[in-house]
Amino acid sequence: MAILVDANTKVLVQGITGRQGSFHTRLLKQYGTKVLAGTSPGKGGSDVEGVPVYDTVREAVEEKGVNASIVFVPAQFTKEAALEAIEAGLSPIVLIAEGVPVLDSMQILARAGEKGVTIIGPNTPGVISPGLCKLGIMPAHVFEKGVVGVASRSGTLTYEIAAGLTKAGLGQSTCVGLGGDPLVGLSFIDVLELFKNDEETEAVALIGEIGGNAEEAAAEYIIKTNYPKPVVAYVAGRAAPPGKRMGHAGAIISGRTGTAESKLEAFKRAGVEVARKPSEIASKLREALGSP
Amino acid sequence: MKLFEYEAKDIAERFGIPRPKGMVVETPEEARRAFESIGGPVALKSQVLVAGRGKAGGIRFADSADEAYRVAEALLGSEIKGEMVSKLLVEERIKVKRELYAGFVINRTSKRYSYLASTEGGVDIEEVAERSPEKIVRGDVDPLRGLREYEARYIARRMGYRGRQLLELGAIIKRLYDIAVSYDGELIESNPLVETEDGAFVAADMKLIVDDNSLFRHKEYEGRAKMAGPEMTPLEARARASGLAYVDLEGYVGIVGNGAGLTMATLDLVKEYGGEPANFCDMGGTATIERMIEAIEIVLSNPRTKVLLMNVLGGIIRCDEVAKAVVRIKEKMGFAKPMVIRLVGTNEEEGKRILSEAGIDSFDSMEEAAMKAVELARGA
Repeated sequence: MAILVDANTKVLVQGITGRQGSFHTRLLKQYGTKVLAGTSPGKGGSDVEGVPVYDTVREAVEEKGVNASIVFVPAQFTKEAALEAIEAGLSPIVLIAEGVPVLDSMQILARAGEKGVTIIGPNTPGVISPGLCKLGIMPAHVFEKGVVGVASRSGTLTYEIAAGLTKAGLGQSTCVGLGGDPLVGLSFIDVLELFKNDEETEAVALIGEIGGNAEEAAAEYIIKTNYPKPVVAYVAGRAAPPGKRMGHAGAIISGRTGTAESKLEAFKRAGVEVARKPSEIASKLREALGSP
Repeated sequence: MKLFEYEAKDIAERFGIPRPKGMVVETPEEARRAFESIGGPVALKSQVLVAGRGKAGGIRFADSADEAYRVAEALLGSEIKGEMVSKLLVEERIKVKRELYAGFVINRTSKRYSYLASTEGGVDIEEVAERSPEKIVRGDVDPLRGLREYEARYIARRMGYRGRQLLELGAIIKRLYDIAVSYDGELIESNPLVETEDGAFVAADMKLIVDDNSLFRHKEYEGRAKMAGPEMTPLEARARASGLAYVDLEGYVGIVGNGAGLTMATLDLVKEYGGEPANFCDMGGTATIERMIEAIEIVLSNPRTKVLLMNVLGGIIRCDEVAKAVVRIKEKMGFAKPMVIRLVGTNEEEGKRILSEAGIDSFDSMEEAAMKAVELARGA
């Protein structure tokens, strides 16, 4: 039944009247995502791509029964929009913006934790369960319904890898972009836990990168839980020097923490197959799944 | 964005954290006057952003006005680890009983501020944490409630203080937290935070790194975000001014990609095939033609670059626009250096047609493209 989003996801688009918001509302609807409402303070009563626009999240919930949100407002306003969606109990909430202040993310995530709401991002392409629901900005054509669960810290690299999987005949149950920021809502462990209990998912691909220790923590979790499904991992940034931000705010080696070597070592210790090139992920997954 | 010591101390002072008496000077004559006004032995501290200025000779002492003049003359205009010294902080020398550490840092795992405090300050706190973890007091702060005064006092208590000292140190720790929150601090620390011979606490050094993403609400620093940092190469500075994520490396295969992860993976492939990347350059997911051209120009103008490897997976970026950017560069700069272009995604056919009409090959696979780039660079 996929994870996080599926055919029952009723979507609110926050910031629907903006350039990004309206453009992606069209693409989401084209994909078949149930976009039932949008918000844009001061513009309630209008519509975008046939979707009714409300001034407040509360009205959208009351009138349309939305249960998830994708937030397109600029980084400076993301905290306010996210808190409004959290208070209304929407879950998951996808935060697309890059450049959200870390302090804002900290408060968003703390409040979401109290309310039991799932935050995806910030700085994420979102989440897609191919064939069921797309709650993100990813190019839909590279994804196909199937049995591989994908969790990734990056955007375009995920599209690259998903395209490779699809080409190799390996569809995906759900692909989750965790986000490229230092603080994000979902960790690899959270997603592994969801995939563990998802019947659709038979194997998992983890796409990590330098910075932080989310990959090391995932490796420990895999050992501790004797994880029941095969996992293949790829870590970007082996060629990255310490102390430099590699594009993503979170992709930085600080002191001895966050190196690609440490992450690859941890995965190997956990018995995770490590791909050295993006294209190897598909071949290693095929092997693990016993496909010819 | 890292602030200078004197800036961080000015902020600390406004929040009520005691600091040594001192002033910023830009000439030896001002240093002499600073000595006279302080009226006793001083430290002259180079205001640079690079780490390890003390060991590099950036902090010196003077016992007379003439000596302060001479030391300032030597320090001003000199370079500390490649960074030019243009300001000194002249400060009274405090009588140290004990050097402490106190700071707050964003913890990526707990997603909160973590506090770190220790009675073993004045040295690298990570080393202390490794060598004697029992000497470190640490914990997380609830972001919605903030650090309460009683929590700050408890930190001081765990550092071994009582009475008036417990209250004073607790207040300083609470104020450090307040500064972190007010200034979007990624890191704030006082190291050393000095316990003086008469039992008072003084922030002898102060470090504050402001989250670059928060500068829209810290207007006083906004202009500085696009300026070159002291540790930047000229190309990194130019890229920053254009809003590109660019890092200079030691190798010879110049790289442009879209998206941080994809670009990092491209660097890794070049290494995997025995080559060395000359740089990291992520033009982002929404680059305009102008931005693409700027990215390519920066990478090609690096004298170490022998070959350009461009890896684009079109989404919002369209392949035909990428191709046009490449062709415009070729017309402008000629073909001094070979280009290897990998181009897939939105408007791929059109992009490839434009490239092939201009006599430029393109690849479908990023791995083949990386291999080709390494091969060309090695032959070059």
